[in-house]
Amino acid sequence: MAAQPHSWATKAGIGWGALVFWLFMATLPLIGFVWDDPSFDYWMFMGQSMLIYAIAVLGLNLLTGFNGQISLGHGAFFALGAYIAAILMNDAGWPYWATLPAAAVVCFGAGFLFGFPALKLEGHYLALATFSLAIAVPQLLKHKAITHWTGGVSGLVLEKPDPPFGVPLSPDQFLYYFCLGVAALLFWAAFNLLRGRTGLGLMAIRDHAMAAATMGIDTALYKTIAFGISALFTGVAGALSAITVAYVAPDSFTLQLSVYFLVGLVVGGLSSLPGCIIGGVFLVLVQNTAQSISNWAKGTFALAYDVPPWAIYGVVLLLLMYLLPTGVAGGITRLRVWVARRLAPPVPRASEPAVIQRQTTEAD
Amino acid sequence: MPNITRRATILGASTLALAPLARPAIAEAKKYGPGVTDTEIKIGNTVPYSGNASAYGQVGRAHSAYFRMINDQGGVNGRKINYISLDDGYSPPKTVELARQLVERDQVLFLFATLGTAPNTAIHKYMNQRKVPHLFVSTGASKWGDPKHYPWTMGFAPDYHTEGYIYAQHALKNVPNPKIAILRQNDDMGVDYLDGFMEGIKSGLGPDGEKKIAQIATYEVTDPTVDSQMLQLKNTGANVFFNITTPKFAAQAIKKAAEIGWKPAHYLVNVAASIGVVIKPAGYENAQGIITALYQKDVTDPFWESYPDYRAWREWMAKYQPTANPMESANATGYIQAFTLMQVLKQCGDELTRENIMRQAANLKDLEVPMLVPGIRLNTSPTNFYPLRSVHPARLEGEHWKLFGELMTKAE
Repeated sequence: MAAQPHSWATKAGIGWGALVFWLFMATLPLIGFVWDDPSFDYWMFMGQSMLIYAIAVLGLNLLTGFNGQISLGHGAFFALGAYIAAILMNDAGWPYWATLPAAAVVCFGAGFLFGFPALKLEGHYLALATFSLAIAVPQLLKHKAITHWTGGVSGLVLEKPDPPFGVPLSPDQFLYYFCLGVAALLFWAAFNLLRGRTGLGLMAIRDHAMAAATMGIDTALYKTIAFGISALFTGVAGALSAITVAYVAPDSFTLQLSVYFLVGLVVGGLSSLPGCIIGGVFLVLVQNTAQSISNWAKGTFALAYDVPPWAIYGVVLLLLMYLLPTGVAGGITRLRVWVARRLAPPVPRASEPAVIQRQTTEAD
Repeated sequence: MPNITRRATILGASTLALAPLARPAIAEAKKYGPGVTDTEIKIGNTVPYSGNASAYGQVGRAHSAYFRMINDQGGVNGRKINYISLDDGYSPPKTVELARQLVERDQVLFLFATLGTAPNTAIHKYMNQRKVPHLFVSTGASKWGDPKHYPWTMGFAPDYHTEGYIYAQHALKNVPNPKIAILRQNDDMGVDYLDGFMEGIKSGLGPDGEKKIAQIATYEVTDPTVDSQMLQLKNTGANVFFNITTPKFAAQAIKKAAEIGWKPAHYLVNVAASIGVVIKPAGYENAQGIITALYQKDVTDPFWESYPDYRAWREWMAKYQPTANPMESANATGYIQAFTLMQVLKQCGDELTRENIMRQAANLKDLEVPMLVPGIRLNTSPTNFYPLRSVHPARLEGEHWKLFGELMTKAE
């Protein structure tokens, strides 16, 4: 769990960088008014998927990156959120936006409860326990007793929401804004949670649980709450995905989904908030790019065999891990440290040699 | 100056001379939808090339290989096929994303033979709202031929419901005092087959038919075996066994039935009727006499060697898919679907609009398709969106399915 030191944790308010980023994201749909292309709505849909994955990765990051508990089962909370939204819209006739708080509450409860057995487990053992959750959920969703609500294997087909009050946006532009709003809110909440007492407590537990306990942190409570909040974030992402895809089925929430979240998390960078966004973008883009590369290679070199896109994906992943072992966000931090060191006046050599020694190893 | 005039005159004269010939061409003006040019037709598809269901990916490869052959022969009415087949990993949200990519970004004319019940359900509404043909979907669920509500979606293979119905009819006709035991996979395929079967039983015996069912046992795809279910079913003393399973479990059930000495009239669904994957592992000696229903020629059976379409298929396999396993029936499935699509495109002529694609797809008359069991013909109409409605009963004899009886067709 090698985490980079973060200066933002002590900074006040919301970062300027974040503000600029979210405003930039908010201007993207406006391109649709000048660029009249039928594929624009598709790109808006991709944007929604990226934001949704970013939120899900953020949820996992709160647990794994900031609290040091590994989960291979976050697909289960994603599924739970998605089904809560789908069932409330389908059976209870709730408006789509009202399902998000409901999904949040239920997923928080589920995550909190799962946090109790998780207290007894650490590292690989916890990973295995959460893994079982990811395996069990698609099966449970098919169970006869709840088929009436879940639609069983065939799933539930939903209505895609239209923009309210006659706002002159296409449904996809509107949904993009909806996802963007929710994402911005959740990232802001996570940011404030982490730089406060709670966040420092969570990180203290990650770094040294026993030391944290001696300092008076209720580790059991913090760990279960971390699980609950993490599930809440991922569950809201699931609900958003149900709304934008307008369909849920057990096949949508396989074990692979949980692994994707972990991949997004590690690629983006553990315990980094901007890393979650990078992870979300990676999950959507790289898979598609891998397929394009595969098709291109087959066509260009007239190969008799397919180039498996997953192999390309794997190679990209390996290269990334080799070149940026702390994720993209970690890599950027390293670069910043390196540049700062180059620009900074040289440290006087004579004083405190031991400290200088430590600094260099840390930066490496 | 004189030169130009002369050329103009010649031009004028030749135009005049050609006028009567040109008229039909003018009447049949070229009309193109998205993705069509004078030289190309762009077609989209999704199949799982990766993930748990990746075995189905071979169908997509077979399509691509077939279209390569068509392109080598000069294409359809002079237009080459640009086939964009993408991997959705059998994940519905991914299918939605890819369908949108194909329709909105890549601008395909239509989607063809997208695979899987859940993935197709996910894009069913979208395709119909967008008014993009969603042709010959590769799934046996019984909801795809519904032109009234979904005029842009068309099924292809005989649906599970129809097949189940046909087994019921066969059992009632051939087994005296039937007492029926059923093993079914707990998913939508299992439900569809069972519903069709029950309908068949009720149509033969009236509402009392249900009493003939001794027991229905279910299993999950994730179960390790179906041994205990088989023991329960045997203990009911049933003399008819309807085996609604996927390949792995079908092989187990056949083997177990032989082990415990249960010898009912055994009906095995088409989904699991693979010689290579089911019958061989279960043991040929354990599977003698099992009945199934086929619509596609068994690719492993040398019996078909004397049929020209089978030989053409083998040649195509050798030339366009030299690295693929010729024992895999998916290669025939893809071939059949692609052949049918070519017929639709030929009928469209130069009017390659989305509307005309649907019109022509709903206008197949007694189409004979290679690699189908002899006698099966494809028919569609504006009210019939199930091209393939017939199956042929077959019994396992030796190491192959042997056709017997007559083609069975479910009325429209």
